[in-house]
Amino acid sequence: MNGVPRIALHATAAAVIFFCTFTQVHAQAQSPAPSPSPSASPSAQQPDDEDRNPFVPEAAAPLPPGMTGSDVNDPRAKLSPGLYNAGETAMGMKHLLLLKKPSAFQLGTSDPDDPKVQKMLSQMGGNAVAKIPKAMHLVIAQLAFANSDLAFQGNYLFQGNFYGMNIYDISNPAKATLVTSMVCPGGQGDVSVYKNLMFMSVETPNGRIDCGTQGFPPGPPPTPEEEKEKKRPVPAAQKDRFRGVRIFDISDIKNPKQVAAVQTCRGSHTHTLVIDPNDKENVYIYVSGTSFVRRPEELAGCSAGEEPDKDPNTALFRIDVIKVPLAAPQDAKIVSNPRVFIDPRTGAINGLNNGGTHGKNGKEEKAKDTNQCHDITVYSAIGLAAGACSGNGILLDIKDPVNPKRVDAVNDPNYSYWHSASFSNDGTKVVFTDEWGGGLGARCRPTDPNKWGADAIFDLSNDKLSFQSYYKMPAAQSDTENCVAHNGSLIPVPGRDIEVQAWYQGGVSVMDFTDPAHPFEIAYFDRGPIDPKMLVLGGDWSAYWYNGYIYGSEIARGLDVFELTPSKFLTQNEIDAARSVRVNELNVQNQQKIEWPASLTVAKAYLDQLSRSQALPDNKVAALRKAIASAESSHMSAGSLAKLKKMTPALQKDAGTVKSSADAARLHALAAILEHPAA
Amino acid sequence: MKNISNGLNGRIRRFVRGGRIRPARAFIGFFAQLLLGSALMTQFSPAIRAEQDHSSGPVVVQPGAPGQPTKTLPASTMGKLPPRSQAEVDFMQGMIMHHAQAVEMTAMIPSHTGNKGLRLLGARIRSSQMDEIKLMKRWLAVHGEPASMEMPGMPGMDKSGHPMPLMPGMLTPQQMDALRKAKAADFDHLFLAGMIQHHNGALTMVKDLFDTPGAGQDAEVFNFATDADNTQRAEIKIMNTMLDKEFPEEKR
Repeated sequence: MNGVPRIALHATAAAVIFFCTFTQVHAQAQSPAPSPSPSASPSAQQPDDEDRNPFVPEAAAPLPPGMTGSDVNDPRAKLSPGLYNAGETAMGMKHLLLLKKPSAFQLGTSDPDDPKVQKMLSQMGGNAVAKIPKAMHLVIAQLAFANSDLAFQGNYLFQGNFYGMNIYDISNPAKATLVTSMVCPGGQGDVSVYKNLMFMSVETPNGRIDCGTQGFPPGPPPTPEEEKEKKRPVPAAQKDRFRGVRIFDISDIKNPKQVAAVQTCRGSHTHTLVIDPNDKENVYIYVSGTSFVRRPEELAGCSAGEEPDKDPNTALFRIDVIKVPLAAPQDAKIVSNPRVFIDPRTGAINGLNNGGTHGKNGKEEKAKDTNQCHDITVYSAIGLAAGACSGNGILLDIKDPVNPKRVDAVNDPNYSYWHSASFSNDGTKVVFTDEWGGGLGARCRPTDPNKWGADAIFDLSNDKLSFQSYYKMPAAQSDTENCVAHNGSLIPVPGRDIEVQAWYQGGVSVMDFTDPAHPFEIAYFDRGPIDPKMLVLGGDWSAYWYNGYIYGSEIARGLDVFELTPSKFLTQNEIDAARSVRVNELNVQNQQKIEWPASLTVAKAYLDQLSRSQALPDNKVAALRKAIASAESSHMSAGSLAKLKKMTPALQKDAGTVKSSADAARLHALAAILEHPAA
Repeated sequence: MKNISNGLNGRIRRFVRGGRIRPARAFIGFFAQLLLGSALMTQFSPAIRAEQDHSSGPVVVQPGAPGQPTKTLPASTMGKLPPRSQAEVDFMQGMIMHHAQAVEMTAMIPSHTGNKGLRLLGARIRSSQMDEIKLMKRWLAVHGEPASMEMPGMPGMDKSGHPMPLMPGMLTPQQMDALRKAKAADFDHLFLAGMIQHHNGALTMVKDLFDTPGAGQDAEVFNFATDADNTQRAEIKIMNTMLDKEFPEEKR
């Protein structure tokens, strides 16, 4: 999410009215939801009208000529609304669990009969239980308690929140349980973990070094004299304010201890863990800051010059790199401020612009300078990082992680806000996302072009990106569902490039981009809007695959857990092969190379793919399946293994003649496994 | 859209039993304050330190500053908001007034100039500023605050009964008159110069907000102000380029 919460405010208000309805329904003994009678209303032609209802969603602009919108006939297009009882639909995946957001991360509780509410009410000296809007408690300050990104380690899942962090035990994913709620406000709470360390992004001005929830007291009102002269006191620098990256020791998962807090000029909207394969002593953090630059009185050396020729030290037009000594994380500090937008010919540090054609409201917009990265994904195995930097997608050489060098940059006329990136496992493709509208807008309506707010898939070779296609979650969503491309991760199905991705209230969509010019959807989950009448901020922020399951971080509702189910697009063997890949840690923006075991499970997945693409004739597929089954049932007897081995030369030969390079790679990989299958 | 709008009004009306939308807003505001009040109250209640449980059940903890121990909070801990700042309310009310002038200025464009580039720019500014006015009104409604800083029933007067001062960068009545009287290229020039002045004022307001102790801590206000700042900076850049291109003799 970038900082554009146009709709977030709907949330609060929506909750109020949402609940008003709810109360009434409740009082009427579960009568159907009232359907308000439509009549004339203030129209878009009377925008200056004082009384125009500010809670109504913005009217969708018409579909621009030559563009296609989202599919209104998709089963996801018209699901019934509800916070916890919305209609749901899925294809190729199964929803296992929704764990509601813990109460420490809610302003109130959803149940007026809850003793906590009773206590609160008695404290206030009131007894107006019937009048307290239930759902209002959940969303009155929704952004302040919004769930954000995810990280994983062993049996633990770390869910960031604008208010802190929640840690779940996922040893039984379908019965995940909350372990630790860590209160430590500061938004967005972007999270990474590395061994005993946990990192967390903070950008909002209520962030405190001591994790306090009290923020900072408002200053005294201006004296009459100051008022008269319109003089404002220079604010005292808040030495306790924290905007930057926090580092915690999580050796005791129930007792995270803050060991360092590295201040930055723009705070940290997101951050990326960087592991240098040649440096065992340190890890690095790339900090992407997108908000205002602090005053130098508060943090020395910060300046906000728009024109870098006049202010060469400006905190704009750069990222920050933190070095974290593993033996002494308390000594973590900023070690460089790479000027990743520099024009190498002129030396200008504002050397990139977005070349865009449409702004966040879908209106025409001219090119503007790129001065920030929103998120960076590093892939150390290939020495590259992909930066999604507001107006551009950039490619960085990170072999020297302290001094990343830009090697390519792209823009796209259909892109509004370059938000995030992921590489294919072989490093030949990059999927960027466009967070058109900032993540809080409804951007999957029937009239929203399917090239806007979409993924853009690029080929990557010789450090050059070349555009191939767009992918957007295809189902139309209502105008009360915030929906746009957001965070996703690879699913380790061998032989294919598959990404699972969150689309906020557009749900979760699983995409195959093996052929980068023709991506297609292979699975999805969606639930209806939180509210049918106004946009209440919600939906999955991230959807990531981790050791066999898909986890979704639901902004308003909590934590989602899913599993894949076989379909015509994906076989059980392919799912099993993906599940056979295990990692100890997952920080999606620090992409790790997936290695598959040389197992017969993986071989069967390749075989299914070769059968699906008809690269092998049915009789050959059947013979191979039979031989594999016999090896399995005989517990890898010498005879069965010898038989498998005998089949490999033919596969290698087929690899030389098949049309598709993906099939050739599958045949080679299959032959390699059958040559020496692992037990 | 229309259905939705009326759906809401209908719901509000029913809820307040025939009342108009304003009482409903006041009601919303009352609850907002009630809740905030309760949040503050909880904050002042003595913190109960539970023994840390390493065996079972979730814990609620709050780390200290680096190097300091982590506290265990009671399981009943609920979320709290940072303190409300009057500067946030003033900022939202002031920015509505500020944006309203931009909308007024862009409304002149169709009858005052045929400049295609300016028409497009004006349409975009108009659209985003109207959108934001709506957002600010929502925020104020939810927080039980009026949309205007004027004294109720006394348009043009502030709460102390003095004439409302202009927000930073707003065009003076004289500047607005001059703009109204100008046509074609003269209008284009005055409009661009005026809107740059106007937008720079918005940047000042954002800066003042974040420079005010305790202000900008509300997550929604933080995000809105950050976004308005980014958007208007980009528009200033575009307008400067237009000025350079169309009025090259002008040395600014």
